[in-house]
Amino acid sequence: MQKVQNNKAWWLVLPVFLLVAFSALIPLMTVVNYSVQDIFGPGQAFFVGTEWFKEVLTNERLQDSLIRQFIFSGAVLLIQIPLGIGVALMMPKSGIKGSLCLILLAIPLLIPWNVVGTIWQIFARGDIGLFGWGINQLGFDYNYTGDTLDAWLTVLLMDVWHWTPLVALLCYSGLRAIPEAFYQAAEIDRASKWAVFRYIQLPRLKSVLIIAVLLRFMDSFMIYIEPFVLTGGGPGSSTTFLSQTLTTMAIGQFDLGRAAAFSLIYFLIVLLISWLFFTAITHADKEK
Amino acid sequence: MRQTRSKNVGITLFILLLLTPIYWLLNMSFKTNQEILGGLTLWPQNFTLDNYAVIFTDPSWYNGYINSMIYVSINVVITLLVALPAAYAFSRYKFLGDKHLFFWLLSNRMAPPAVFLLPFFQLYSSIGLFDTHIAVALAHCLFNVPLAVWILEGFMSGVPREYDEMAYIDGYSFPKFFVKVFLPMIRSGIGVTAFFAFMFSWVELLLARTLTSVDAQPIGAIMTRTIGASGIDWGVLAAAGSLTIIPGLLVIWFVRNHVAKGFALGRV
Repeated sequence: MQKVQNNKAWWLVLPVFLLVAFSALIPLMTVVNYSVQDIFGPGQAFFVGTEWFKEVLTNERLQDSLIRQFIFSGAVLLIQIPLGIGVALMMPKSGIKGSLCLILLAIPLLIPWNVVGTIWQIFARGDIGLFGWGINQLGFDYNYTGDTLDAWLTVLLMDVWHWTPLVALLCYSGLRAIPEAFYQAAEIDRASKWAVFRYIQLPRLKSVLIIAVLLRFMDSFMIYIEPFVLTGGGPGSSTTFLSQTLTTMAIGQFDLGRAAAFSLIYFLIVLLISWLFFTAITHADKEK
Repeated sequence: MRQTRSKNVGITLFILLLLTPIYWLLNMSFKTNQEILGGLTLWPQNFTLDNYAVIFTDPSWYNGYINSMIYVSINVVITLLVALPAAYAFSRYKFLGDKHLFFWLLSNRMAPPAVFLLPFFQLYSSIGLFDTHIAVALAHCLFNVPLAVWILEGFMSGVPREYDEMAYIDGYSFPKFFVKVFLPMIRSGIGVTAFFAFMFSWVELLLARTLTSVDAQPIGAIMTRTIGASGIDWGVLAAAGSLTIIPGLLVIWFVRNHVAKGFALGRV
């Protein structure tokens, strides 16, 4: 759409600006302030400059959880995006069945995150949970509180359960926006199912898929509550993701300076990757 | 038609798998703790409502739901009030720094809450808002307002400019045009935005828990009480969890036809 140059539009944006500035800039400045100090307690803080930032390069605990975080987010995207597209393709196109599918699919998205953790904590237990019990009955030795791999898979499965519906709903709305004429043309050309998907559906899904990847990346990178409730970060620190490492550091050990510096770097990583996606979205918008 | 059939089987299977963990939670909420720990039963053998009775008769329990509802509602109202004019500005005008401002807003949606936890606590304590509903509502604006602006902007861009111009020619002032002509046209967008603001505020716990202690404590924080010295009270925990699903279900029913479009940020 053609937009008009008008700087008075700032008046319309001002309330949002002030509100977000209040709840974002002040805390952010506080974090920046902490990040250059070593804080032992109220009134006992020492200026240390960039020491914490240098430590990021050597702190193993942080680097471990950063690597875990990247593996986790990567796995999440690799599983959820294709699965979500698949589910969207299977959904009924309209009518009461379509609405019903939509609502049922959206249920996991509407559950508070700690309850999601609770649900899986119960569901995956070997003694009282259907899932854990079932796997054990099949002859596998499964115990998510004791075994690293099991814990990982359970957290991953929980996230797939929790967020695949979001990808599916996004793709579903993208698919509904394809005009019927496209399919008719494909039928006349006797295009195969695969060709229809590859050359008609997939290209039209591009913009929603970028949004899906963006949202899934941001949220999986910030994951905290669900694994915290499910595994508490264990066994050992095998499912301790970045947010949890930082929160333990800041609140548990009151190591504010170090936690703040790491937080800033964490924020910058998310910001950088999200900026790439965002540029891609605005680019896709322009192409239309 | 064989294909439609296999599709139907596929989607039914997926939804059944999706609902199994939730069924298990419900199933457990109607059992006594003896039955839960005694052995695996696929449905409650001694059906009981005791777990729910615990919640509905104890104010310190059900107040959690009320508290959550209050701050979520305040948050939805604030979010819509500030996001509507801003989204209009972004969808209609170019102005100094608009692109940077838009990305800056979005960047707050990306800020990991863990980073802001302690500063938030200090900020709201220092202005005397700690443990109030308004504090949580304001804190949740951090991620809800940017998202709302983004979704609304998508919906508003779908309304051609000509409507705006026609209304001016007809002698409408801007506020009158905005409320009487423009807002009704993007009704569904507003509904969906409200739904999203509701959803993200309802499911968030980290900030809500940090900013409250007693008077405004959300249900999610109260649920941790079931873990006592004698182990976990599974039945009550399951009942409390089951109840948190209901408000979301009610809300999604109203926006079911638009929700998919909203997930795509109004961009399809």
